[in-house]
Amino acid sequence: MQVVYLIQRKRQRTGHEKGAAFACVRFEEGKELYDVVIIGCGVTGAAAAYELSKLQVSVMILEKENDVAMGTSRANSAIIHAGYDAPSGTLMARLNVEGNAMAEDLCKALDVPFKRIGSLVAAFDDYDEGVVRDLYERGIRNGVPGIRIIGPEETKKIEPNIAENVRCALYAPTAGIINPWEYTIALAETAVRNGAQLMRNAEVTAIARTQDGYCVTTTAGDVQAKYVVNAAGVFADKVHEMLLPPAFEIVPVRGEYDLLDRSEGTRCNTVVFQCPGPEGKGVLVSPTVHGNLIVGPSAEEIPDREDTATTAEVLAKVRERAKRAIPSVDLRQCIRNFAGVRANSRVDDFILLEEDGFVDLAGIKSPGLTAAPAIAKYAVELLRKAGLDAPEKEDFINERHVVHFAELDAEEQKALIEKNPAYGRVICRCNTVTEGEILDAIHSPIPPVSVDGIKRRCITGMGRCQGGFCGPRIVDILARELHTDPSKIVQDGTGSYILTGETKQGGERA
Amino acid sequence: MKEYYELIVIGGGPAGLAAAISAKENGLNDILILERDQVLGGILNQCIHNGFGLHHFKEELTGPEYAERFIRELDGTGIDVMTDTMVLEITKDRTVCAVSPKYGYLTLKAGAVILAMGCRERTRGAISIPGTRPAGILTAGAAQRFVNIEGYMVGKRVVILGSGDIGLIMARRMTLEGAKVLACVEVMPYSGGLMRNIVQCLEDFGIPLYLSHTITDIRGKRRVEGVTVSKVDENRRPIPGTEIEFDCDTVLLSVGLIPENELSRQAGIPIDPRTNGPMVDESLQTQVPGIFACGNVLHVHDLVDYVSDEAARAGAAAAAFVKNGAANEGYRLVKTADNVGYTVPQKIAKDAQQVQIFFRVRRIFEESVIEVRSGETLLAKFKRTHMAPGEMERIALPKVLLDKAGDEITISAKEA
Amino acid sequence: MKQFVCIRCPRGCRVQIDETTLETTGNSCPRGAEYAKDELTNPTRTLTSTVIVENAVIRRCPVKTDRPIPKPIVEDAAKALDGMKIEAPVRTGQILVEHFMGTEANLVATRTIGKREDA
Repeated sequence: MQVVYLIQRKRQRTGHEKGAAFACVRFEEGKELYDVVIIGCGVTGAAAAYELSKLQVSVMILEKENDVAMGTSRANSAIIHAGYDAPSGTLMARLNVEGNAMAEDLCKALDVPFKRIGSLVAAFDDYDEGVVRDLYERGIRNGVPGIRIIGPEETKKIEPNIAENVRCALYAPTAGIINPWEYTIALAETAVRNGAQLMRNAEVTAIARTQDGYCVTTTAGDVQAKYVVNAAGVFADKVHEMLLPPAFEIVPVRGEYDLLDRSEGTRCNTVVFQCPGPEGKGVLVSPTVHGNLIVGPSAEEIPDREDTATTAEVLAKVRERAKRAIPSVDLRQCIRNFAGVRANSRVDDFILLEEDGFVDLAGIKSPGLTAAPAIAKYAVELLRKAGLDAPEKEDFINERHVVHFAELDAEEQKALIEKNPAYGRVICRCNTVTEGEILDAIHSPIPPVSVDGIKRRCITGMGRCQGGFCGPRIVDILARELHTDPSKIVQDGTGSYILTGETKQGGERA
Repeated sequence: MKEYYELIVIGGGPAGLAAAISAKENGLNDILILERDQVLGGILNQCIHNGFGLHHFKEELTGPEYAERFIRELDGTGIDVMTDTMVLEITKDRTVCAVSPKYGYLTLKAGAVILAMGCRERTRGAISIPGTRPAGILTAGAAQRFVNIEGYMVGKRVVILGSGDIGLIMARRMTLEGAKVLACVEVMPYSGGLMRNIVQCLEDFGIPLYLSHTITDIRGKRRVEGVTVSKVDENRRPIPGTEIEFDCDTVLLSVGLIPENELSRQAGIPIDPRTNGPMVDESLQTQVPGIFACGNVLHVHDLVDYVSDEAARAGAAAAAFVKNGAANEGYRLVKTADNVGYTVPQKIAKDAQQVQIFFRVRRIFEESVIEVRSGETLLAKFKRTHMAPGEMERIALPKVLLDKAGDEITISAKEA
Repeated sequence: MKQFVCIRCPRGCRVQIDETTLETTGNSCPRGAEYAKDELTNPTRTLTSTVIVENAVIRRCPVKTDRPIPKPIVEDAAKALDGMKIEAPVRTGQILVEHFMGTEANLVATRTIGKREDA
């Protein structure tokens, strides 16, 4: 057994060899054989887990980071796209429209902030007008509900702050804004609540066939499963090639953004896109579900798949583009810059493949966030075709409730504090997040272990002070609840330590 | 529980404490301080360095000592204090909604309200530092809390961006706790902090101060691994070819303070974009009658002694308002001209007695003169041997002089 | 002539001092002259730091030297606080170490800290 693994790993290091993929590993006695193992818990993996957890199957989700939604799912435009972008006839076009239609019910059931605010693609010159017409026609072919081209008057009525020279716009009423990481967390939590298991800090290093399916080797141990779903995002090609010959290439594309203070949050009412043009894909300006304003993204191919650095040059261009559509946007109100890496490919479609029970959900570029729940349904279809035969659960719990203290009225707040005084202690001043909400998060199905894990669940530290005030207090609460020392609490991923030790211990001095 | 107070003070830091005590001394008996932290004293509790109180107490105290003097003065005054209590809303008619684990959801009415919520630190996003976003980038104030109150170190090799006082103070604190502070980097051609702090926090420890420099890149995926510092031109744009690399695990930001006026804005209190604090008259009353402001929520001070003085004036004015109601004969506006960034107050009642005006200049001056004009008429001149944006200026205008002014007075500064 | 920036108050006067006659210019009060003389002959600083406090709601008690100590020993004095522990309750001004580092200065607490209820 061990020997076989060693060979397996060694082959891995020397690159793909056809023989390696078919090395057969015997199923380890006494170890659970899962029906499905999902690699990666971004929005795609989480949606797949959610969909599978409706069935009478055992599911294991492997995540290389210490939390879910740690890649593209946490750093994107946070848009539920209408569906006119993708080339007609592609899976991407179909799943976009389907995913959009699913978002509302899903978000309602799982308590995820979602607002169907509509989108505009604004045209400012002849070229843009042509693009808008093309997009409109494509949208009609793709089955996007309610889209139409509107004139400058109506555009200005919808967006009073849009540039004076706007010619026309494509209006898509079904587009919306969402909290992308909460979407991911909610899907993953619901899967876990319905019996799926999640293993964190488990980076996949090798995959081998076994008698019964597959053995997936991770940095946290081996997992055996009959079927594998590869939802590894920017690493999906690498994971694919651990078992199969190269079939596609992931092209990491970085997008940089500005997030502006709530004082700018009403600068526009819809998602305002610009036409993709010779200078690259259009920059959008949009409110967020938290009331901020998001400006971005750029699009830049980068070699390092996890390089989420921002740059002064690119952001300067993003800001310049944003001003073209919304000239009055006050970019000095920026509270954070960030960047995300999108898992693009050379194909103008998602790459959804199945071979012998190994399913790739790869190249999930924009509109992947929108399409995720539809991709998940498609993945289950692929698994069924490959032989997964499982009836639906009768006791599937399709709900999730989160207390957002700031959104309650005074009477509800009063009742809540009477029930649990921890809701009376405000920890995050900017967003009025209480200790009660933080404790809820810490004791949720996927307990966060980092300050940013709390942030993704409670929106602490997302306001103007960016955690300056609440950061130290959240470190304290996490340490207390996790029964550990504050110096063990990380900011975000494993290794992102905040504190370097206690004072006055006579430790090493620099 | 009581539902009405003559005065509610929002914030139990130096401003709130001094305001409440002064209101009591000026005849109010029914005063409540609401404090969000577990203890009174505000930011002073973490400012364990000395240098406070030279004006107010004529001796040099540390932050906690300075706070404690005021907290002790509360004893026996009958002033109510609710700590661990966060104000969620203030309305124009002086209703205050607050929550706390102990007292639950509170709806209180007040004869007068004093805003004393202090300020917060500017963050990385506000100045868009390029690079990665690893752990190890903190505001100087957050670092100060970790080191001085919680007893934890935040790094071993440190670069400080900004030369505000908290950053300078933290350079010394981190050094004395065994860290290596590699540099203090300031984008402006002069320091944002007090000269004495440059001397005793940087020079004493051989920490270089890079003026007209800024951080142009932060590296490191999980934790800071290094930064690039570049010289900037007169428009604060980085100059290519001037890069200096620092191998560090920590970046502390001391890039400015912003008055925390979310509650004030919500209440519809007009805010001066220059101070980021409410517009006030000489009694420190905001544009909403019966709501006063003092301390760093009004404008950022560099000395707590001046905060205490200002707060005492607000307390006295709030007491007068509760007893006598609002009354005045109209206002004169205080405007800024050459080289003056802002003034507090922004307007002066026509029947005001002697008035103190606080302001900051926009650049460094040596031998210089402050001019007070009304239209073309020069009302007064004040000589200065040194002025800097980091040091708040103060002038006093007697009634005889104010009586000569028209509807506006203008403050300006120039070389002598 | 030597120039010092006086740190006795926040004003930050630039004081020039003649190294032989010890005459000063540029100071706006007598403390400036005193400072420049001290800085030239025997520079001193007040040390402020913290020590571990046990049985209290907080983990560190702020401390200071109740008068300035010679500047050259400031860093050693800071190191000397490593490992030092005091017990709550403690009150502001309470002397924790007499003749700290062999100087005239005492190390005193600068915050009153009550005993933790469960301690």
